[in-house]
Formats: sequence, C-alpha cells, structure tokens
Amino acid sequence: MRREIRFSLNGEPVSAQVAPHETLVEVLQEGFGLYGARESCAQGLCGCCTVLVDGRAVSGCLYLGMLVEGAEVVTIEKSKDLDAVQQAFVEASAFQCGFCTPGFVLMTRQLLDEMPDPSEDDIRHYLAGNLCRCAAYPEIIEAVKLAARKRRKS
Amino acid sequence: MKRATQSTETPQVGRSVPRLESWLKVTGRAEYVHNLRLPGMLYGKIFRSTVAHGRIRRIDVSAAQAVGGVHRVVTGEDVRRLIAEPYFGPAFHDQPILALDKVRYVGEAVAVVLASDPHVAEEAAHLIVAEYEELPAVYDEVEAMTSKAIVHDALKPAGTFPDLKHVKGRTNTNVALDFRLRHGDARAAMEKAHHVFEHRFRTQQVMHTPLEPLVSVAESTESSLTIHTASQSPSFVRIEVARLLGWPENRVRVRVPFLGGGFGAKLYIKLEALVSVLSLATGRPVKISLSMEEQFFTITKHASTFRIKSGVRADGRIVARECEVWWNGGAYADIGPRVTQKSGFTAPGPYDIEHVLIDSYALYTNLPPAGALRGFGIPQLVWAYESHTDLMARELGIDPVEFRRRNLLREGRPQATGTVMRDAATDKVLERLSLLMDWEKPFEHGAGTLKRGRGIAIGFKACVSPTTSLAAVAVNADGSCIVYCSTADMGQGSDTAMAQIAGEVLHMAAESITVVHSDTDVTPYDMATLGSRSLFHMGNAVKLAAEEARAKLDALRKELGLPADCDIADIFKKKYGMQAGNVTGTGSYIPTYKSPDANGLTDNATPFWMVGATGVEVEVDTETGRVRVTRMVNVADVGTPINPRIVETQLSGAAIMQLGFTLLEKMQFDERGQLRNASLAEYRIPGFLDIPAVITNEAVVAEQRTGPFGAKGVGETGTFGVSPAIANAVHDAVGVRISSLPLTPEAIFMAMQK
Repeated sequence: MRREIRFSLNGEPVSAQVAPHETLVEVLQEGFGLYGARESCAQGLCGCCTVLVDGRAVSGCLYLGMLVEGAEVVTIEKSKDLDAVQQAFVEASAFQCGFCTPGFVLMTRQLLDEMPDPSEDDIRHYLAGNLCRCAAYPEIIEAVKLAARKRRKS
Repeated sequence: MKRATQSTETPQVGRSVPRLESWLKVTGRAEYVHNLRLPGMLYGKIFRSTVAHGRIRRIDVSAAQAVGGVHRVVTGEDVRRLIAEPYFGPAFHDQPILALDKVRYVGEAVAVVLASDPHVAEEAAHLIVAEYEELPAVYDEVEAMTSKAIVHDALKPAGTFPDLKHVKGRTNTNVALDFRLRHGDARAAMEKAHHVFEHRFRTQQVMHTPLEPLVSVAESTESSLTIHTASQSPSFVRIEVARLLGWPENRVRVRVPFLGGGFGAKLYIKLEALVSVLSLATGRPVKISLSMEEQFFTITKHASTFRIKSGVRADGRIVARECEVWWNGGAYADIGPRVTQKSGFTAPGPYDIEHVLIDSYALYTNLPPAGALRGFGIPQLVWAYESHTDLMARELGIDPVEFRRRNLLREGRPQATGTVMRDAATDKVLERLSLLMDWEKPFEHGAGTLKRGRGIAIGFKACVSPTTSLAAVAVNADGSCIVYCSTADMGQGSDTAMAQIAGEVLHMAAESITVVHSDTDVTPYDMATLGSRSLFHMGNAVKLAAEEARAKLDALRKELGLPADCDIADIFKKKYGMQAGNVTGTGSYIPTYKSPDANGLTDNATPFWMVGATGVEVEVDTETGRVRVTRMVNVADVGTPINPRIVETQLSGAAIMQLGFTLLEKMQFDERGQLRNASLAEYRIPGFLDIPAVITNEAVVAEQRTGPFGAKGVGETGTFGVSPAIANAVHDAVGVRISSLPLTPEAIFMAMQK
C-alpha cells in the first residue's frame, strides 16, 4: 500500500514511503523528524500545521502526503538563521506558548512576498486563518509591520 | 544561539528580556510532548460514552481486538485488576481511570485500543460496542441541588483538604461542597437599606482549547514509571500516580517540556494515570494524544448561576450583600470545590460592604468535568457583581465610576473574610482606567443603526493559599548558572522571569542562565503552575535559592582569601585546582495562612490580591445585534513587573481570551447531554478579525512588598473585567441588559425587540 515518493524538502532531494491516508504533517513528523508543522484542530482552521508546497501555504494536517510528489516542500525548519520575520517576532514578543508560531511565521513571509508594505487591515485579513489561543494578536501585527520594515531596508 | 556567561551590574528585574526560548519557538524547534516518539511505543485511542448517565451492562471489544495490528483493548475492569481503587482527583477521589460500573457524561472514556499505528487504533475503537442501562441525568447546576438524578452514589473527598472532610460518605446529594460566609448580619441590614436590588446572572460552559491538545506518554519497567506529559502540575502527577499504584514517590518520574498553552486545562491528572496503567499492563511505552474534539470531553470551565442582592443607603453606599452561587462542576469534581471556596469568598467584589452573606455550592451534573480556567472562578463572579453594580448605578442615577469610587474596598480595609487588604491598588486601578477611558469627557452615542456605548468593570482575586514552591540554583565552576524549578512554562514566560530573578541576585544576565524544565527526579516540589501563583511563590523560592548560592560563594571566596571583585571561576579554580565543583542554593516558600472558621472568616485568607479592570467602547448594529469592541483598556495591579513586556502580553492575551468567552464561545448541549459543537469549526475562538481595533494595557505603579522584587502574579488579571464591561457598554449603547453569557448578536437583537 505504501509507495515511494520523491520531493524536495527544505532544498534537499528526499524520498519517503507514504501510505495513501497519511497527511503531510505525518510524513514530515514520522519520516523526517520535523515537528514544526503540528496538528491542532485537524480541520485546517488554526494554521498550526502550515507547510509551504511549491511556494504556497497549505494545511499540512489535511494535505495528503502523496500529493507532494515532485514538489518543493518548505517547513519552518529550513534555516537555523533567523530571517527578518523571525527576528521581528522575537523583538515584538509576538508569541507566548509558541505552538502556533511556525504557522504565523510562514504565513507572514508569504504575506510580505505579496504585499511588502501591508496595512493593518491587510495583516488582519491575511492572517485570519491562523489562530493563537494565547492571543498575541496585537504583538503579531506589530511584528509583521516590523518585519516589513526590516525587509524593505535590506 | 550561544548564550555567553556574563557577570553584570545591569538590573535584571524590570527589564523586558526577550523570552529565553525565543529561538526555539520561532524556528519550530521547541520541545513539546506532542513531538515525542519512543521505541516500541503504542498509541492509545479512546472509546467514549454515548449516554449522559447509565450503568454499564456490557462492553464488547471482540471486533476491535480482532483488527489486524491491534495490540490490546483495555476497559475499566482491566484497570481494576491492576489497581483495586482506580479513582483519582485533587479534591475528591471520584474519577475512574476508565469508566467503572457507571458512565456519568457523554464523552467519558470507557475503553482504550492500543496499536503501533494510531490509525489502526482509531479504526478499531469504532468497533467497540457498549450497552448501558440509562439513568435519569441532570445538567443544570441549580436543578442539581434538588434533582432526583444523583451523579455519585457517595461522596469521596480526597482527605487533603480539612474543609471537605465533613462531606465524606454523604449520599443522595449532588452538592460536593457548600461554602458559607457570614460577615455581620446581611439580612437585617438589607431590611434597613433605602434601596434593595436583586439580579440573577449566568455564565456558560466553555473550554480552554490549548492549541497543543492534551498529550501524555508513559514508559515503565517492573518497578518504575516515567511519564512525559503536557502538565501544569508535575509534582501532583507524581504523588497521585504513586498513590494509585501504592508506590513510593521516587519510583514515578514526571517530565514536562514546554506546553503549547495550558490555561488550567493541563492540571492534576488528565491522561497521566491512564497512560501509566496502559504502559504497566503492556510493558510498552504508551502515548495518548487527544484530538481537539476530545478536549471538550475532558476539561472545561464551570457554567454558573449567581443570585446577587444588595442593600444600598440613600447616599449610594452599599451596606449589605447576599451572594448565592451555583457552580456546575460536571461529572467529576476536579478542582471545583476549591473554586467554590477560594473564589467564592470574593463573590461580593472589591467593595467595602459591612454585612455580607455568601453561599457557594459545587454541584455534580452529567456534563464534562469543569476545573480551573484562567481565573479560577473569578471571571464568573465579576460577570455577575459588575453587571449588578452597573445596574444599580443606573437605577440610582449615579455615574458608574463614581458609584464604584464611593464603595471601593481600599488598602487597609477588611475584605468580607475579615482579611485586611494589603498591597491591593484598587483605587489606583479604577482612577487610571477612568482617565485612560476619558470617562469625564462627553461620549458620542452614535446615530442611525450603529449605536455606541461604553462600560467599565473592576474585579479582584485572592491568590489561592496555602501552597508551596521549592527551587534550587546551582552555580557551576565557570560561573554559569542553572535554575531548577518545577514551574511549567506554558507561554506565560516563567523561564525568563525565573532567570531574571536569579540573575538579579547573582548579578548575571538573565539570558545567560539556564532554567531546567520540570523533571521530578531533578527539580524540587512545586504545588502547580496555576492561579497566577508561580511568579510570587516560585519567584520567592528562586530568590531564596539564589541568595543562598550567593552566600555560599561569598563564604568560599572569603575562606580562600580572594578579593570581592574576583571572577566566580577563580573561586572554584583556587578551591579545586581546576574547573571543578559547584555550589547549590535551595529555597522553599510557603506563605502564612489561616483556615476560615465556620462562618468563612479568617484574618489571613491569601498571600496577595490581584486587581484588574477593563473599559470598553462598543458599536452595536441595531439591525443585527452584532457587537464590535472598538476600544479596550486593561489596567491592573501586578505589583512591580519583573518583565514589563511579558506582563503586557499576559494582560492583553488574557483579556482577548475573555473576549472570546464574552462574545463567541459556548459549549452547546442537546437535551440528552450530547455536545453539538466539539470542533473549532463550530466552537469559534477569537481570531484576528475579532479583536478590538485599539487595545491599551497598563500596569499601575504598585508594589507587592512580600513578592520577589515587589512582583505578584498576572496571568489571570486581564480576564476579570472584560465580560461585564462589554455588557455594561451594550446597555449604554442600546438600553438592553443581557444577563447570560455569551453576548451573541441573537441575544442582543431579541432583547431589543422586547
């Protein structure tokens, strides 16, 4: 039932034995020991499981592992060096428990790729699909603005 | 990210140190139990009750057992073969590890399927068949007082708390605890009052929804257990699991890494006893990770009903108050009886009232168990007494701020218990809120279909007492420092705060200090991370431990004849001839406390008071009833903040969470006790589009003289005033009073039609 698929994971070519029912989060956790994308609501509503597939954010808890065959998959673990978004999240104290943070970081990068200078309203709407139960929302807005400034400067 | 060891004269306390674990969290590398896999590990999936109250007639696990890949299916009877009395709980030993003889709510755990593949376990769990003889059920907390449906045949208090001993063995009752307080003669004073007001308020059942759902792993040998768990109370888990097994504490080890949120959901025993038994039964490591849906069947926040009555003099002074509060504890007591008493005694609010009468009841019902949720009962009480305060002020024609000002319980005055208020800046908080809200200025109430209103509310809390924290601080031969404490960092920033406290004493940068996460084989006892107690209690313990380490270093330095400004490393080098050795300081903190007498009175009820107030401006759409909070101001007395930035995020986060409980969240049950909205699709928590456009948070200048460097707890304070402030603002906007939470558009719209 398992089938070997090949894809690019954080820039490296990899292969994995994947069963048809396995989600992308399961493939990343069980096959590669990557836990930054994590299942929480299991309905694609909270954003904790966010993974980039071919440059687009997907809900890894709903996205079937098989579908990444031949794709470029990027997770929060791609780099150990903090980019402007991660630095901004630290400086703005934009997280508490940290469980939702990787999803917010990945979505913020995608937001700033599309809108280098987003308004507060843009930020709220773009990130509306990510939930933070610690409710660090005001700090996240601040972090996104700060990250935008940092990216524009560099 | 390398952390340099450095000595510094820079103050560590009062500095907004970025969280020590920042790098781990923004790169997705923080350790959660969620991530843990052990060799040979089995996954457990739970089969749950479909009836609210019933005797278990038969559980047929044969089809589940026959599924390929299923290792074993375990029921309550299997557990009873391992442990004769498999009941746990912090206040009552009432909750079975798996249902025994009876089920008491829809969703109660009845059996577990174990398999190496969680999908196999889940599939097999669907094949279990259970038959029940259904019994009458009770869901409402007030009905539970007199219902013929009795949830527990006999009450079984744990014996830990003296005030619960008298209910031991009681039958034919759902009242787990009846707390009473009599201060003066409220009934007589009420008769003499110029005005008497009486109202009834209700709060709904809600759930914590930590985004990391409850998860525990146990591994065992014949004579030892290691439990890796997302728990706020590792020491309690060790003691309770050891008690269940009849083992000494040193054979049970409990490890807790970071928590993906807690809010009170991860206290006491949740999955820990179950995974322990399953691991002992199979000899394999066992992991159970709940789904978001299953969390709704595990722990919730008390629904409540509060009847409040006040007698007011002609000059607007409240002279008498009666409070009757019914707490819906669900099927198992959890910490409900503590909520009933420890929060119950603050039911009259932060007001100076001469005659007070309180009756507070913890009730069993056939709903999922209720425990502590960010406020330990306080938000339910503030909802009622601050809605009541606003209604009285309106009726009397007195400005709501002025009415509160006239009645406020101030520094040096006795609270209802008789305990004198110390270091509680109620007046500063109220005045500062009034100022930030521009209360004295005229307010535009809107026009057309968009009406505007504003409201305020102030609440207070007595920290639960007495509780104990221990800590150790080690200074290594190179001068680096390690703090050992069992406080769980669930996002509140305790690691950072403890490092700042130790750093302040030892003149080291907080960033250079390592805080060891709870491991009961290593870190000393701590009551639990709950009720905003840790910064005060553990903070004091860490401070004492650091002071002892520093004293030992100083003594050693003097003994070796080294100058006062020498490096710590030089001390060890001279003493041991090389980089070797270390010094360890320990600290233990328990505040003084006096149990209340038969009238609920004591002159020492709590080590510290928390004060929180919220003001809001709202817009109400008169065509839909929808409320939009356009501005929110949270003001609090948190003592002197250790880390101002983290304090601000705690106040803001707590207030937004309470905003969800005010406007959005409600667990909806059908007439058979079946929960209808156990998912984030149907149970909506606040997201970006729900939060106020403008949020201001402020800690007033204050000092908790008994706290570490003047600090006290803050985790819950932001929740206190939110719900009644919004209801008061809605009343101001459209003239209707909603007395049940949440304030849905439907409730407001319907009220406006009357």
